[in-house]
Amino acid sequence: MQVPAPFEYERATTVDQAIGLLERLGSGARLVAGGHSLLPMMKLRLANFDYLIDINDLHTELGYIRPGPDELRIGALTRHRELLESAELAAAFPIFADAERVIADPVVRNRGTLGGSLCQADPSEDLSAVCTTLDASCVIRGPGGAERVVPMEEFHVGPYETAVGDAEILVEIRLPVRPGGGSAYEKVERRAGDWAVVSAGAAVWLDGGVVVDARAGLAAVGPNTTGIPGISALLRGRQPSEDLLEQAGAIAARSCDPVSDQRGSADYKRHLAAELTRRALRRAVERARS
Amino acid sequence: MTTVHERPDTFHDNDQKPVGHGRMLRKEDPRFLRGRGRYVDDVQLPGMLHLAILRAPVAHARILGIDTSAAEASPGVKAVVTGAMLAEQNLAWMPTLSNDVQAVLATDKVRFQGQEVAFVVADDRYAARDALELIDVEYDVLDPVVDARRALEPGAPLIRDDLEGKTNNHCFDWETGDEAATEAVFGRADVVVSQDIVYPRVHPAPMETCGAVADFDAVEGKLRLWSTTQAPHAHRTLYAIVAGIPEHKIQVISPDIGGGFGNKVPIYPGYVCAIVATIVTGKPVKWMEDRSENLVSTGFARDYIMRGEIAATLDGRILAIRTNVLADHGAFNGTAAPVKYPAGFFGVFTGSYDIEAAYCRMTAVYTNKAPGGVAYACSFRITEAVYLVERIVDCLADELGMDPAELRLKNFIRPEQFPYTTKTGWVYDSGNYEPTMRLAMDMAGYDALRREQEEKRARGELMGIGIAFFTEAVGAGPRKDMDILGLGMADGCELRVHPTGKAVVRLSVQSQGQGHETTFAQIVAEEIGIPPADIDVVHGDTDNTPFGLGTYGSRSTPVSGAAAALVARKVRDKARIIASGMLEVSVADLEWEKGAFLVKGDPGKTVTIQEIALRAHGAGDLPEGIEGGLESQICYNPSNLTYPHGAYICVVDVDPGTAQVKVRRFIAVDDCGTRINPMIIEGQVHGGLTDGVGMALMEMIAFDEDGNCLGASLMDYLIPTALEVPDWETGFTVTPSPHHPIGAKGVGESATVGSPPAIVNAVVDALKPFGVRHADMPLTPSRVWDAMRGNARPPV
Ligand SMILES: Cc1cc2nc3c(=O)[nH]c(=O)nc-3n(C[C@H](O)[C@H](O)[C@H](O)COP(=O)(O)OP(=O)(O)OC[C@H]3O[C@@H](n4cnc5c(N)ncnc54)[C@H](O)[C@@H]3O)c2cc1C
Repeated sequence: MQVPAPFEYERATTVDQAIGLLERLGSGARLVAGGHSLLPMMKLRLANFDYLIDINDLHTELGYIRPGPDELRIGALTRHRELLESAELAAAFPIFADAERVIADPVVRNRGTLGGSLCQADPSEDLSAVCTTLDASCVIRGPGGAERVVPMEEFHVGPYETAVGDAEILVEIRLPVRPGGGSAYEKVERRAGDWAVVSAGAAVWLDGGVVVDARAGLAAVGPNTTGIPGISALLRGRQPSEDLLEQAGAIAARSCDPVSDQRGSADYKRHLAAELTRRALRRAVERARS
Repeated sequence: MTTVHERPDTFHDNDQKPVGHGRMLRKEDPRFLRGRGRYVDDVQLPGMLHLAILRAPVAHARILGIDTSAAEASPGVKAVVTGAMLAEQNLAWMPTLSNDVQAVLATDKVRFQGQEVAFVVADDRYAARDALELIDVEYDVLDPVVDARRALEPGAPLIRDDLEGKTNNHCFDWETGDEAATEAVFGRADVVVSQDIVYPRVHPAPMETCGAVADFDAVEGKLRLWSTTQAPHAHRTLYAIVAGIPEHKIQVISPDIGGGFGNKVPIYPGYVCAIVATIVTGKPVKWMEDRSENLVSTGFARDYIMRGEIAATLDGRILAIRTNVLADHGAFNGTAAPVKYPAGFFGVFTGSYDIEAAYCRMTAVYTNKAPGGVAYACSFRITEAVYLVERIVDCLADELGMDPAELRLKNFIRPEQFPYTTKTGWVYDSGNYEPTMRLAMDMAGYDALRREQEEKRARGELMGIGIAFFTEAVGAGPRKDMDILGLGMADGCELRVHPTGKAVVRLSVQSQGQGHETTFAQIVAEEIGIPPADIDVVHGDTDNTPFGLGTYGSRSTPVSGAAAALVARKVRDKARIIASGMLEVSVADLEWEKGAFLVKGDPGKTVTIQEIALRAHGAGDLPEGIEGGLESQICYNPSNLTYPHGAYICVVDVDPGTAQVKVRRFIAVDDCGTRINPMIIEGQVHGGLTDGVGMALMEMIAFDEDGNCLGASLMDYLIPTALEVPDWETGFTVTPSPHHPIGAKGVGESATVGSPPAIVNAVVDALKPFGVRHADMPLTPSRVWDAMRGNARPPV
């Protein structure tokens, strides 16, 4: 058994109380949601905190999936498993179920949350790639109930660093809903439950067979997941074809910055960025058409 | 997806028989399934303290000083011990299983990342672990030796300067076979193929990590040690030698063990630290590794860099096999193998083939990596040997353009050649290879698979079919040849039948999940006719079992299983004499029918074994010269090893775009001689095959150039899950061992030995359109992609 360094523990019952605790306890305090990213680091003593503020009781307040006409809203405490099993989410954005099927294992998915995934800001985090692909915005609440909305592009400010300030909490993710959409996610892992060697998300919006908009997001191939504007520019106004997908893949490969490690060589990862972007786009188009 | 089948109706085929061999649910399962197993970490003693070990953060460094004062002052801390303190008691170094020495706690230098440097004993695990952070060690960091290929280069940093007169990193040289004869055959062969082949360093990674609870009673002068050991008796003897406590004052208890796979054969520094700690503090002390400690510091397996060469005629007769091996032994030579076999049983690299000559030369080196070289489900390096020969035979098939199945069939040792002496001197006891191979091919639908492959290739799809045929050498071993640190590899067994006809059998081997409590009850049941449910199997406690060398190298059934059968026969012999008295006939007039003696020609006159047991303990007279009681004891010294064999066929699909490998089918036909409990055999095979998928596709303990271990957690060191394995298809043939009392051969490691080459051969076969002849494990998507592009490289 790996044992963490000593820490104190508080359990928040409301969002504002959690923010109050963060304010009072300062930078030595950390929120713990599902704990599946934070606790392993603490057990290995790669991260040590004086206080943990447990926000799992906020699940009633922040665990939801709310479809709307223009926007689908997901509470930050929504668990992987809820994202996997939601029919409403699958209908609007099948990319979520694609991704959730290959994130970790049922034990992790039962506890891990959307908010924790995004706030961990691990460049390999699958839900970050999904949210990037879907052009999400992040709602962050601070002291006094003040809320600000940060687009995904600005949410991750570096590896393991986000726009969430010391006394702030990510409360919600908003996903714009547009007609004619289709989305998909592709991941290569060395083994079930492993982090991605590379993964790619894609979303397209069609009108009369023509691409109105297209987006792609990659994980594990650079300091942070990024949308790929070049792919959007390439596909907009065109009829999807194998040749275009080929070019989109090539753009994905050029737009990323992978490093060689135990999961694979940089060359292979670049190749995968292309291959998986193509595959994800192909499936997204199929779904948009049906 | 893996499908879960209902248990077939045939499951209870043992119910039809009164007692003995056959399919039967495991006696230990109710305990494990209900969470009632009792493992070392479940041991709680009054006043027990907890021990944590400080480990080296770097691979190679001189220790300039250690300041323990802050740790000593930390709340709850009872003791802080360094190597220097152990050295005062002459305990800083201990012997390894290979006649080398290993530091218990480093005194002069640290020689691998994760090496034991100091330990803390405290009130609880948290306090002990917290205090480790307060120990201040000053290191002078030295260049490490990470790549075994560079260990002997002039100017390479010297690792073992503790060894008198040592000037380089050479560990040992070893050779087997006839070099000149082999050279001659190679000289006249039509075809010679050679291939560099690496078997990467892997780790057994048992579910339960290593640990111990040590409790020294100063009044009795007795040490009780609960520990995760596969060899409690051998460990006790070694503790007596190392710690100077008389052997009869040491009790080693190996309770339920959560997997061993060789990982729990060696004595680790942590065990010795726990013993020191209980003596120093006067309190029971628990030490339990965490997962990372287990992965970075305990016995690894493999790490052989091999060159294989094979010589053949144009029409596919294999003439000779030759190999050159560079063995990476880490910082201390801790290989667990019989002393006269520094390379284990690697000598069986000639495989299942009748050839004219063979030769192996091996050089072993020290590197700044964890010590070990354990029998990780490998029957002492047979995994490496089988991998080498089965890979190189496939390379030959490729060169000759011959079907790999046909090439093997053509070269098998024929049944009439057994017992067969190989060109490296191993005497294979029995075998009948062709039917085993044919059965596997039939089960697979081999010809249809080849046709499917052809069609798929035409469409650009990548499908591969891989074959491996293995012969193992298990059940070490005859004491004239085999010992570990002077202890002969025999096993004792004791059987006592109680007055009511129930029995207890005491074994010297120890189960880590193999189902001994069932299998050994069945062995005894078959011989004396007492139902397995009425036979208690006692193991894993040196005070309550006879001496013997433990469970590894698939030796339990071949050695201890033979002892159990023979001790039961001794008891039966005595029972026969008592029966003759009871039935008032001569011994020669009695006939044994499982569970009872009958008078020949008068089947109405009979006594059961239970009645005999009561008589043996009763008040009535016994035949002249017969003592009361019904029990016996034996020490079994095997006359030879046993040689199970098997034919494995693997079918894989490789995604041409991502290079991901999917094992679609796996057919395993095993011949382990007489089958005691087929269900347990299948379980052993399923586990071993899963292990093989891990090694072939994902497992490797890698190091960076500074010697940092890159496999220090199960996020980094991948082991397979149910999702990576197909629905196993198992079959069997039966070729009994001629010298084993019940003809059984042992099967614990067969599947781990046989499956990696089958899987690698299948992947390489799938990649044939890319001109690939070999690719080293682990065949991760990235490495397969490299191979597809002509860049197959050894793993680093
Ligand atoms: C074995 C294993 C395998 C995994 N495999 C994958 C995988 O394949 N793909 C993948 O994407 N992920 C994987 N994960 C990570 C998993 O998805 C985590 O659960 C998730 O990344 C973090 O969610 P959490 O709720 O557990 O966060 P926590 O661990 O509780 O928190 C993570 C960080 O986010 C902060 N935080 C949490 N919630 C908020 C909030 N609302 N506002 C502000 N800060 C917050 C915390 O303070 C902490 O710093 C794996 C994890 C494990 C243990």
